[in-house]
Amino acid sequence: MLKIKSLLAVAAVSVMVSAYADSGLHSETKAVESVWRESMVAKNHVGLDRLNQTALQKACSNADDNVASNAEREQLRQAATESVVYPTDGKFFGDWQRGEAIAGNGKGMQWSDNPSDPNGGNCYACHQMSPDEVAYGTVGPSLRNYGMRGTSQAMLKYTWAKIWNPQTYMVCSHMPRFGDAGILDQQQIQDLMAYLFDPASPVNRK
Amino acid sequence: MSAKSGFVPLLRTLSVCSLLFAVAAEAQDDPFAEYREMMGDDNPAIFVIEEGAELWTKPQGPKQASLEQCDLGLGAGVVKGAYAQLPRYFDDTRQVMDLEGRLIHCMVSLQGRDRSDILRKPYSGTGDMGTELEALASYVADQSMGMPIATPQDHPAEKATYAMGKELFFYRAGPYDFSCATCHRQDEKRIRLQNLPNLTAHANAGEAYSSWPAYRISQGLVRTMGWRMQNCAKQQRLPQLLPGSEAVISLITYMSVNGSGTEMAAPGLKR
Repeated sequence: MLKIKSLLAVAAVSVMVSAYADSGLHSETKAVESVWRESMVAKNHVGLDRLNQTALQKACSNADDNVASNAEREQLRQAATESVVYPTDGKFFGDWQRGEAIAGNGKGMQWSDNPSDPNGGNCYACHQMSPDEVAYGTVGPSLRNYGMRGTSQAMLKYTWAKIWNPQTYMVCSHMPRFGDAGILDQQQIQDLMAYLFDPASPVNRK
Repeated sequence: MSAKSGFVPLLRTLSVCSLLFAVAAEAQDDPFAEYREMMGDDNPAIFVIEEGAELWTKPQGPKQASLEQCDLGLGAGVVKGAYAQLPRYFDDTRQVMDLEGRLIHCMVSLQGRDRSDILRKPYSGTGDMGTELEALASYVADQSMGMPIATPQDHPAEKATYAMGKELFFYRAGPYDFSCATCHRQDEKRIRLQNLPNLTAHANAGEAYSSWPAYRISQGLVRTMGWRMQNCAKQQRLPQLLPGSEAVISLITYMSVNGSGTEMAAPGLKR
């Protein structure tokens, strides 16, 4: 009797598996994920769970770098907008000098990094900022003189949200979700905000 | 590594140090281009290539066999030109394999060695003097110097591997939402001062693929294609990518086929 029961269970599972595999896109996605999974091992504090995709990651994993439908794009944008946590103490600005150190620090969340050290923002990997730093990347736009854009409430909220979760403004953006993904904390983002907007910050030097 | 004499690494270190000082004295926009020019045909990788050639013929493992009967795709023992035609489908294992995966396969099947022993430390750490896999890969790659990349796309498994490589390339994951494409899908971009090849485009893919393995000046070591992939995955904040794994082979195939026809220039010389 037990044997028949387990046979039935196996049959049920196979039906489920083949139904899953028949659903086209999903079977493809599953195959890619399992190839990654079988090709990797957990190392230090970095586990295989990092290969699990969020809805956004899944939707943006294509050569077109875009979401398949307008409805899905709108849904993802909405979710990103709702994810943004504005400063709980009402302050948008911290210390620009601390912000400069965060902008230049590329450490964080690699298996070779010490997880007890604070993560960096690594802004300079992709953006030009201070004229004193010539080793800047060009993957993102230049942020030279960012403070010239003004410090209206709308501008501050826009910039905060852009750092917290850039998917708010551009779904499939290549920039990490520094706040939403827990890479930087509120204080660090306040410090980066000061680095971008403070008139004394080298970012805004003429 | 048992095959190493103490002299060769010392010589290697000395020659690179003195050259680096000379280059630093007149560093301009691209000190590494200048370094390469100064080196001409010389590359410290020559020592690693020689060591790889010795390891190829050295009896090792429980079977006390050399790798001389290893089939890299052009027949048992044929090394000349083999690297330029990898990854490819192998009848004996019924899978597509890259150079490093195939070398490990030969160490296991011909020499009777334990796969997990080899995988314990395939690549050097900082300050190490090189691994067997790095030396063998350098030797085999050097035997394809100047030959056009001709990764076959005839067998259905080879085509499927390319298609899988493309999907892996665009797969976004991890806390930073990165895929390979985040850094390698656009022309003329850079991270800090480091140029990023657009690996979806023929010229850049060919240039990048043909230059690995490479002697890294900053590390004083030869780094292999598999190491490059593992380090990219690390920077993507993903777990550790295994040498000779399906993901590595697929991504390498995507790159080499995209760069098909470019002349091999490995072991190259890099920052």
